[in-house]
Amino acid sequence: MPQSVIDRMVRYQTTQHANINRAVHYLSETATAEYEESRRRLKHFINASEDREVIFTSGTTDAINLVAHGYGRKFIGSGDEIVLTTLEHHSNIVPWQMLAEENGAKIRVVPINDTGELLIDKYKQLFNKHTKFVGVTHVSNALGTINPIKQMIEFAHARGVPVLVDGAQAAPHMKIDVQDLDCDFYTFSGHKLCGPTGIGILYGKTALLERMQPFKGGGDMIASVTFEKTTYNTVPHKFEAGTPPIAAAIGFGAAVDYLSAVDMSMIAAYEQDLINYATEQICHMRGIRIIGTAAEKVAVLSFVVDGVHPHDIGTLLNQEGIAVRTGHHCAQPVMQHFKVPATTRASFAFYNSMIEVDALISGIQKVQKIFL
Amino acid sequence: MNTKSLYQEVILDHNRNPRNYGSLDNANCSAEGHNPLCGDHLNIALNLSRGYISDIVFQGESCAICKASASMMTANVKGKTQADAETLIQEFREMAIGKLEPDSNHHLGRLTVFSGIRDLPTRVKCAILPWHTLHAALNSVATISTEADDDPMHVSIGNA
Repeated sequence: MPQSVIDRMVRYQTTQHANINRAVHYLSETATAEYEESRRRLKHFINASEDREVIFTSGTTDAINLVAHGYGRKFIGSGDEIVLTTLEHHSNIVPWQMLAEENGAKIRVVPINDTGELLIDKYKQLFNKHTKFVGVTHVSNALGTINPIKQMIEFAHARGVPVLVDGAQAAPHMKIDVQDLDCDFYTFSGHKLCGPTGIGILYGKTALLERMQPFKGGGDMIASVTFEKTTYNTVPHKFEAGTPPIAAAIGFGAAVDYLSAVDMSMIAAYEQDLINYATEQICHMRGIRIIGTAAEKVAVLSFVVDGVHPHDIGTLLNQEGIAVRTGHHCAQPVMQHFKVPATTRASFAFYNSMIEVDALISGIQKVQKIFL
Repeated sequence: MNTKSLYQEVILDHNRNPRNYGSLDNANCSAEGHNPLCGDHLNIALNLSRGYISDIVFQGESCAICKASASMMTANVKGKTQADAETLIQEFREMAIGKLEPDSNHHLGRLTVFSGIRDLPTRVKCAILPWHTLHAALNSVATISTEADDDPMHVSIGNA
């Protein structure tokens, strides 16, 4: 985590710590102002048009669940269809399945080709008069594929269908402009953007957020309460019941400041150099296959090695000081498509170097030697 | 952490050339073991006659640790009584989770090559899945999962 993010949270905890939106004392006013300042920074980071379009959540999973309950339960009913894709992380599948189980809606799934790209023609064919919602990941966490979401959003909007974009894997690696994308919802987590865990945001267009019902009831989200009737607070507070993780929210604001200072376009360009170099190195090796070879990819390298299970690769690479993810990446439909139980995934970020790519390559070669 | 000593020749050899690998036509006990977190999957079939394991085989898809553990397990319990096998199951599990010292009094013999797994909590399940499945086969449980709450060998390890 960048020192500036740590320092910002320490400053909050040592000199500004109090609950927000409550007391009239100095600390509470300061904490409230800093929390709202952080919301403003997130708004700038994604180019939202208003502060209130940014809702703090505990992360991407929480944000998708919020939409599934707040929007889905109110506006998606029996026989209605929700379009998802094969590339979704479980957190953009399960909340919709739970909704469908509850109210009889149907899930339709966009298939992929063998490079790991969505079949856009099939996506278009899935639309009919029952289509009420689209949930799509901006970037596949398992393969790195960047989906053509702008085109997908445009197509859905022409049919009056709102779109949620899971940006958990995209926001850390490229400049996000929600107005340019014209998405209805966009969500990502703090810990993937050099921020703390337990915090994320849901971006939503004001008009939609206002029509949605609250997800969690409690303090902060109300205007008035009697035992006969409760009226809800305005957006975004309507969706932020209870005491939020204030230090984490403030740290998240510092994290996006840090990334903006580095420059998201520079990050994207540098990471492309890393993935191009790593891909080239891997292509020269025997007995290794890259899973996910889409034309548009972020710096994610998912691979399988002949005769070696990913968990053995992960344990042995760990011994070389290399941290990779092994397993199904919470994206089992993707694994099923490629008929592999699991892959090893190296995920590069702007703080990685070409030398570290070399270390990964020689680490894999060592593993292959052990299992010869 | 002694990962090096975990991936030693004996384990790599059993992974490369697993013993008792295949199917058994006349098996009277069998069970299927599954670790949904990593996709490890194996079947164990055995013949239990007059309290003795007269024959035992396994088959499946798994990592090297799981396959070697299954291979060495079948070689060890073949010809033993059900009670002796249950003792080994218990001791192996305790060794894997660090409750049994490899140099204490036990019946594990060369199976102590797996003792290093205690330092790799995320891999413990890989090593104990075959033992877990053998326990199920001996107790007429058809399928087991490392993630089932009521599983006697459930070891809580997080995963997404």
